Amino acid sequence: MTAGVAPVLARTRGEGRAALVGYLPAGFPTVDASVDLIRAMVDGGVDLVEVGLPYSDPVMDGPTIQAAADAALKGGTRIDDVFRVVEAAAALVPTLVMTYWNPVERYGVDRFTARLREAGGAGLITPDLIPDEAAEWIAAADEHHLDKVFLVAPSSTQARLEMTAAHCRGFVYATAVMGVTGAREQASSAAPELVRRTRAVTALPIGVGLGVSNGQQAAAVAHYADAVIVGSALVRAAIEADDPAGAVAAVADLTRDLARGVHGEL
Amino acid sequence: MSPLPDERGHFGRFGGRFMPEALIGPLDELEQAWQDAMADDAFVADFERLLREYAGVPSLLYDATRFSEVVGARVLLKREDLNHTGAHKIRNVLGQALLTQRMGKRRVIAETGAGQHGVAAATAAAYLGLECRVYMGEVDTERQALNVARMKMLGAEVVSVTSGSRTLKDAINEAIREWVATVDHTAYLFGTAAGPHPFPAMVRSFTRGIGDETRAQCLELFGRLPDAALACVGGGSNAIGMFTAFIDDPNVRLYGFEPGGEGFETGRHAATITAGAVGVLHGTRSFLLQDDEGQTLESHSISAGLDYPGVGPEHAWLAETGRATYRPITDAQAMDAMVVLAKTEGIIPAIESAHALAGAYDVARELGPDATLAICLSGRGDKDMVTAATWFDLVEVADVVDDVVDDAVDDTAVDPR
Repeated sequence: MTAGVAPVLARTRGEGRAALVGYLPAGFPTVDASVDLIRAMVDGGVDLVEVGLPYSDPVMDGPTIQAAADAALKGGTRIDDVFRVVEAAAALVPTLVMTYWNPVERYGVDRFTARLREAGGAGLITPDLIPDEAAEWIAAADEHHLDKVFLVAPSSTQARLEMTAAHCRGFVYATAVMGVTGAREQASSAAPELVRRTRAVTALPIGVGLGVSNGQQAAAVAHYADAVIVGSALVRAAIEADDPAGAVAAVADLTRDLARGVHGEL
Repeated sequence: MSPLPDERGHFGRFGGRFMPEALIGPLDELEQAWQDAMADDAFVADFERLLREYAGVPSLLYDATRFSEVVGARVLLKREDLNHTGAHKIRNVLGQALLTQRMGKRRVIAETGAGQHGVAAATAAAYLGLECRVYMGEVDTERQALNVARMKMLGAEVVSVTSGSRTLKDAINEAIREWVATVDHTAYLFGTAAGPHPFPAMVRSFTRGIGDETRAQCLELFGRLPDAALACVGGGSNAIGMFTAFIDDPNVRLYGFEPGGEGFETGRHAATITAGAVGVLHGTRSFLLQDDEGQTLESHSISAGLDYPGVGPEHAWLAETGRATYRPITDAQAMDAMVVLAKTEGIIPAIESAHALAGAYDVARELGPDATLAICLSGRGDKDMVTAATWFDLVEVADVVDDVVDDAVDDTAVDPR
């Protein structure tokens, strides 16, 4: 039985700081290289890892993550490769998989869940699956003691915040802006209010994602959230590097900057 | 009115909402606004007046006697090709655009494949004074350049989508991505009876006039119902519009014809129900073309309007329950039927609609020469003349048409205002 991400979030809360969560897609730029990038992210100081499962129609993702997912799929990344990456990451820190729903349904919810657990994965973040449609996943996650991370948004009604948070285990994922993934210049003005509203309905930790791209922004979000989630900025750092070694260094550098942000060192 | 979907938008195990949470609240608001509007006599009267006075609806039900001789049964054509903008799509966009206005929004976005829905959306937006942006796959902007020009002339902004396979599915992805960020002031005029609830039911409510009129016209003209209702199915908006009136008439058979492309053996087709598997795409659970790991496969059809790897969830339900029968029609069969209708009736159908015409041959054989087949002629073929000229090797015609298209595109490269 995995303990999920809860112990790490309890520890960081005990340290009086937010956790840093780093996202990278499996298979980008290759399966092995994605493991190297995740190791760099852990070396740089992420507390939790999100492994993205590349999907052909990622409607929640902006151009950066789309490009990485496209490259991973063109490179032949399969779901079993994703589990290989999860296994490597989970040996370092607790690791969630972020996935659109259709690949899970097609693979078979029970089979996917069992394989995820075998690989040491902590659970799933499901950007296009709302609890209303998630009966099969909720049952499988409960049986295998996996974390279920659903999203809340600035447009969520009070009733939906309560219902969604009640179905989460691990943490609640608050999407900071009305929009898709991608680094943004401006910090979200909607996020603090969303976190406040969510806290009123749950004792679970709350992670904030979408738009955080540097240590300063991470520090700002860390003031009101329990976890700061960074994805596109890390992917972009890897994309813009000249070679694999450069990508590893760039991801490690950015992660260190982000980590200083959540540790209150900026 | 058929009892489905349930309150969460399910048709049996199909349908529902598979969307980012950010859009769930707005979809609830849309559903509420739509239900309020449909219960408001003034809104319904406004919609019907607009259809009548502006769109040319009700369309004729035409007894196609010469085409009937070829097919081997009596064929009645529901002439949606005569509607303003040349297809059934105007019904859906007028309904959704009126609803947009009622909700106090001033801007609409739409996706388009062949360009018919984009043109219809741009038309409705122009008529009601709404700002309009249309997302269109780059591949489609090339094969339907004339429709790009039409949309621009109507004042719409056309965004060429270069992600993924650069076709309809990617245009939908891009429209959804934009909508998450602009939903507070922008309505998404979805072009077919698919997508997350309430779109399948809402689009059906705006297109069901096709079948309602056909049913009434058939009774009036012949004193009886047709033996079968036929329509082409891409996403399925004209088909669900045609079928809905007949769902509770057990003696009226329902046939949907899917794009068989170059044939299954080639893998180049878009026959979602015939050859797809159950999955989730663009917010709904239905049949879709996907690989063994749930990645969407690229669809292929000579008809851009049918070139979509998914299908509306109610069609999946009608197929699974056996109420409707879905069959594939190849590109070649559709093109043959297109030219047969042109030469027997002087009507050039859209290639989409030609799939339903081609399907009539087998249905006529099965039901016999006394059968009456009501076919939804969903659109006219003007937009398809480049494709047809190339297919039938009318080389000189193709050159001329290409020039016209090039000129039209060049002319609208500058702001038409």
